[in-house]
Amino acid sequence: MAQIKLSNLKHSYMPTPKGPDDYALKEIDVTWRDGGAYALLGPSGCGKSTLLNIISGLLTPSEGQILFDDRDVTALPPDQRNIAQVFQFPVIYDTMTVGENLAFPLKNRGVDTATIKRRVDEIAEMLDVTELLKTRASGLSPDNKQKISMGRGLVRDDVNAVMFDEPLTVIDPHLKWKLRSKLKELHQRVRATMIYVTHDQTEALTFADEVVVMQDGEVVQIGTPVELFERPQHTFVGHFIGSPGMNVLPCEARGDRAVFEGHDVMLEGPIHGDGGRTDLGIRPEYVGFGDTGIPAHVTKVSDIGRHYVVSAMVGNTALKAVTEHSVPEPGSQVFLQFKPEQSRVYRDGWIASEERAQ
Amino acid sequence: MRTENQKAWFFVLPVLALVAFNALVPMMTVVNYSVQETFGNNQFFWEGLGWFEQILRSDRFQAALGRQFLFTFLILLIEVPLGIIVALSMPRKGFWVPVCLVLMALPMLIPWNVVGSMWNIFTLPKIGLLGYFLNDVLGINYDMTQQPLSAWITVVIMDVWHWTSLVVLLCYAGLVSIPDAYYQAAKIDGASPWSVFRYIQLPKMKTVLTIAVLLRFMDSFNIYTEPFVLTGGGPGNSTTLLSIDLVKIALGQFDLGPAAAMSLIYFAITLLVSWVFYTLMTKDDAQ
Repeated sequence: MAQIKLSNLKHSYMPTPKGPDDYALKEIDVTWRDGGAYALLGPSGCGKSTLLNIISGLLTPSEGQILFDDRDVTALPPDQRNIAQVFQFPVIYDTMTVGENLAFPLKNRGVDTATIKRRVDEIAEMLDVTELLKTRASGLSPDNKQKISMGRGLVRDDVNAVMFDEPLTVIDPHLKWKLRSKLKELHQRVRATMIYVTHDQTEALTFADEVVVMQDGEVVQIGTPVELFERPQHTFVGHFIGSPGMNVLPCEARGDRAVFEGHDVMLEGPIHGDGGRTDLGIRPEYVGFGDTGIPAHVTKVSDIGRHYVVSAMVGNTALKAVTEHSVPEPGSQVFLQFKPEQSRVYRDGWIASEERAQ
Repeated sequence: MRTENQKAWFFVLPVLALVAFNALVPMMTVVNYSVQETFGNNQFFWEGLGWFEQILRSDRFQAALGRQFLFTFLILLIEVPLGIIVALSMPRKGFWVPVCLVLMALPMLIPWNVVGSMWNIFTLPKIGLLGYFLNDVLGINYDMTQQPLSAWITVVIMDVWHWTSLVVLLCYAGLVSIPDAYYQAAKIDGASPWSVFRYIQLPKMKTVLTIAVLLRFMDSFNIYTEPFVLTGGGPGNSTTLLSIDLVKIALGQFDLGPAAAMSLIYFAITLLVSWVFYTLMTKDDAQ
């Protein structure tokens, strides 16, 4: 078990990178607490898997260091880092039984037979696969195969971290939640640092204590699921997390308020800095309807079960609101009210309004 | 009640007709010849299983069969491991992939009789490049037209040169289909190169290897053109494989009855051994 620290990490797949665009990872400084459950969240191609492969040692970064408890492991191969990794597609050794699969990493390290048996039995019990130990691994269902690949990671009691690279992609939807809760339970039992890569926000938010959101090879925000939802540091986080995502509306900044389509909007606090492009960010959940406010034209209402998503136009800008009752008719005129403590201004994408003192 | 629609059979009919025309009917002709004796004039006399008995008992057939098995055994023994080794050492990404693939495919594109002639000219003592080099430069006494051992070595090497590529390409196809994650997982699990081969590469190549072994068995067991062009079955009878002997009996001596009986025995052996190979190699999957 260890704290994992990435300092000034950069990686490019090109031999001689020229500009920042040539880097798959631009500049990463992250510290992963020992025993934490983390999620790496971002759209496809944002560098999540690259980052994961660098931590496990499958890739050597172009620049920067990886420290496990202050020990520099940047140059160490994967098998010497005591890292476990679970891949998108379950990796199992077809010709071996489930038990042999689980024993494989220990056998390769020359662990004695008695210890191997004890550890394999322990892990099998943890994963509910004890009755499968003697069966051939090739005939298993995908979710059981994925469990076995997880088990191969957990079987070593000296693992520093377990990493999951979109492990639920090939699992049937009805088994996904089962495996996900199993993962959570495992984390509580083994207390190893776990890093979970996904582009699915539900998976990230349910699994992790802390979520690292990435975009274009950069970390945009690190925070608890609540922090990411309540106060996105970047319009990308606001838009990527939440369903539907945060409304990002072009506006003008004026002191401690924003002017959006000619209407004054109260904000959480004063705006700092100047220049650049300014946007007003507000989550659809905090857009309400009232008798006064910003006039809008309702274009569409979708019933998505628990609530309604209302699409509306203010001037030439489209936005969304979420409501549980008082649903307006499509085509009608309404007045929108933005919750001031949830209305923020972003300058060139990054948050520029100050948090209101509690 | 289950109702079955039999109309689907109509779709099979054209194939059946085609197969009957080019395989079943000629085959039945052979069966017909194998139980009869003829002295020409289209006159046939019933012979029963006499030809089969005669062939099976003859020293000539047994010797040819022995040579045939030895040849096929050597071919499989060399080509399969060699093919795997070459496939493993081929690059899997980058500029050299197409170059290697084309180089590998090249020998297979050359017609059988051309291969035979090529190797004949190549290995003739005095004239051939290899023959000259071995005899006059290295001082090794090598003459495939005179010495049975030299002839055998030449025939085997020629086949290895011609057909190892098939095993290579099939194995290579199996290898490139292995996702990177398997190698990455093996690295993380601390697996040795041997373990990677034994537990990842070999199991993933198994299906194509089965096909490769079967094809190489059937092809080498039925081989005719190359050794015929190269040595003509000689020196003496030393490289007279089954097919060469069969052609001698059928077309050289025009003994249609014994030749037909021999063909059927030949066919039965090929079929039987192929079936045994296939059953053995796919045994694990059925479990």
